[in-house]
Amino acid sequence: MSAPPRNVAAVADVEASLYEVHKKIYPRAVRGWFAAWRWTLVWATQLVFYGGPWLAWNGRQAVLFDIAHRKFYLFGLVFWPQDIIYLAVLLIVSALSLFLFTALAGRLWCGYACPQTVYTEIFLWIERKIEGDRNARMRLDQKGLTGRKFFLKSAKHAVWLSVALWTGFTFVGYFTPIKELFSEIQSFTLGPWESFWVLFYGFATYGNAGWMREQVCKYMCPYARFQSAMFDKDTLIITYDKARGEPRGKKGVAGDCVDCGICVQVCPTGIDIRNGLQYECIGCAACIDGCDQVMDKVGKPRKLIRYSTTHALEGRPTKVLRPRVLVYAGILGAVLAAAGTALALRVPLKVDVIRDRAAIAREVEGEIENVYRLQIMNTTERARAYDISAEGLPGLHVWGEGTTGVPAATTRMVPVRLRIDAAQARPGTYPIEFVVAELGAGGVTVREKSVFIVR
Amino acid sequence: MNQFTSAFWDVWIAVITVVSIVACAALLWSQSVRRAPGGGETTGHVWDEDLAEYSNPLPAWWRWLFYITIVFGLGYLVLYPGLGSWPGTLGWTQVGQLKDENARADAQYGPLYEKYAATSLEELAKSRDAMAVGQKLFLNNCAQCHASDGGGSRGFPNLTDRDWLWGGDAATIKTTITEGRTGVMPAWGPSLGEGGVKDVAHYVMSLSGGAADSIRVAKGAETFGKICAACHGVDGRGNPALGAPNLTDRIWLHGSGEATIIDVVTKGRTNQMPAHKDKLSPAQIHILAAYVYSLSAKQ
Repeated sequence: MSAPPRNVAAVADVEASLYEVHKKIYPRAVRGWFAAWRWTLVWATQLVFYGGPWLAWNGRQAVLFDIAHRKFYLFGLVFWPQDIIYLAVLLIVSALSLFLFTALAGRLWCGYACPQTVYTEIFLWIERKIEGDRNARMRLDQKGLTGRKFFLKSAKHAVWLSVALWTGFTFVGYFTPIKELFSEIQSFTLGPWESFWVLFYGFATYGNAGWMREQVCKYMCPYARFQSAMFDKDTLIITYDKARGEPRGKKGVAGDCVDCGICVQVCPTGIDIRNGLQYECIGCAACIDGCDQVMDKVGKPRKLIRYSTTHALEGRPTKVLRPRVLVYAGILGAVLAAAGTALALRVPLKVDVIRDRAAIAREVEGEIENVYRLQIMNTTERARAYDISAEGLPGLHVWGEGTTGVPAATTRMVPVRLRIDAAQARPGTYPIEFVVAELGAGGVTVREKSVFIVR
Repeated sequence: MNQFTSAFWDVWIAVITVVSIVACAALLWSQSVRRAPGGGETTGHVWDEDLAEYSNPLPAWWRWLFYITIVFGLGYLVLYPGLGSWPGTLGWTQVGQLKDENARADAQYGPLYEKYAATSLEELAKSRDAMAVGQKLFLNNCAQCHASDGGGSRGFPNLTDRDWLWGGDAATIKTTITEGRTGVMPAWGPSLGEGGVKDVAHYVMSLSGGAADSIRVAKGAETFGKICAACHGVDGRGNPALGAPNLTDRIWLHGSGEATIIDVVTKGRTNQMPAHKDKLSPAQIHILAAYVYSLSAKQ
């Protein structure tokens, strides 16, 4: 069962067609240390994903991205459009984490946490439960259409589609309250856009995890291609120990590799790891588990295929703390610390000051008056009252009512008049500051800059 | 401007557009000819000593995507305006789209305003909810001139006091917003001459108790009685029917002081409050009138 050498067919393929002919891959089930880790990650990510929208907090959905009302709820936090910087931070942290982990240990994300891998794993498990393992599936596909084959295939696609639709439903449940969504589906009153996204995301799951699989990683995923830029000779990669394994062949007469082909059969992207590091390798470590089992059976030490580095294979020391890793870790740490601090110090009150442009300054009752609009955004989930004052000029005071109430999670526009004594005022433009302070103990305060003009 | 309005340029653009599309199609057609792959036919470019490039046609899916864009482009040019002055068979226009969107918005937000339409203006001015709506309308439509607090500025009346040019009862405010107002103070400089204007100005200053030259006041009073009283009244208290301001109080729309008053009398002033019946719906104006009424009723 050895795989054909990779380069023989390549030339003929180009003659026949401009495209590589897709060969269906039948990954064989595998057990072991790394498979256990992969399944742990599947459970962890999917419990969070499927379970997340059902959690409640403060009488609302705990995690809800309410696009229509432009508010993102994340447990106790409510993000407004003005908080878009945190989304940027999240993306930066994600990107830098990918860089760091890739530099350290190769395609960890691809092998364990990427939705493509996770859903393929789930769909493969369903396929295996219904159609059987690798050999049974290959036999089934070679046979003509029989009643049993039709039943098995239909059952598989039915289960796939159910999982996919539930995934689509869950995904939309992050944007529309999931309990409402559920009752809308039950009563067939789902809106056109929600229906579209449930079906679209469901279809994407079904297509990607059921049909496309490794082709997504090989042809579609940009990350698979650019992460080679983060690899170096000290990066952990999945390697075949050539020195120990070759020449491969029967037990006793040759190296440790018995050429059983298990490593190829378990590979979800259909490559032979013994040919060295390839861009198709998603770093799932299935071949390590497969090979270890065989090594146990033939009584040889494990780790013929293992996580190692290019330097280690060359017999040179591996350097973990190298500039690349330190720089990624340093920036990541700095961004995380800055974002954490910003989040902790975040004030649930935002104020925008808009100066009136028509009436620059007016003289009223012996005083100079400027008019402003204060857009006060109460980002908490309770009604609050605020005291408005201004500083920056001697005798500057608010004319009229200086307090205003703002209902929970709402914005209010408040016209505010500031005055100073005309006798004290000299013509010019003066920088001032509005101070909006929440009434009550422990209330927050926001200061916003503006100008006061005395004509 | 003539070169932009001549029909020639419509044709010119249309021809360029059509020729470009046809040229794109021709280029695609020329690129879709299948040459024998691997038959030694390369582009002739060689890199790194032996790396050559096959002269293969575009991948089929790619070529068809391009053909689809051409079909789309032609379809678009038939349906929509794009080809010179051709209006398109769908009759779509930007103005038409704006009207549709406005109609949809009116249908959506109309009921919000309509529910207050039956309430009297005086009652409405006491409703917190209605006044919150009114404030938004005011900030969007009125605050540009009358300021966010309704306090006005030079040339734009203060709406928060009890002094009204055209009358301050709720119904009159509604009429003012709906129909607009034009207040005209004629220029008296040419007929009165410099001295005459100054005399009148001093009389006007004396009306509100300001310091004035008593000789000029006496002369000015005579002129005022003959000319100004026609609009401002014999006692100078103004006339809401004409929008003529009361000159006996300390509220000055265009500013106080001798120089300013002389300027106003000499050059005159024309003040325009635009009509809003075409901009806002009757129900919106109803709420707005109640809001403006509430601004001064508070004090």
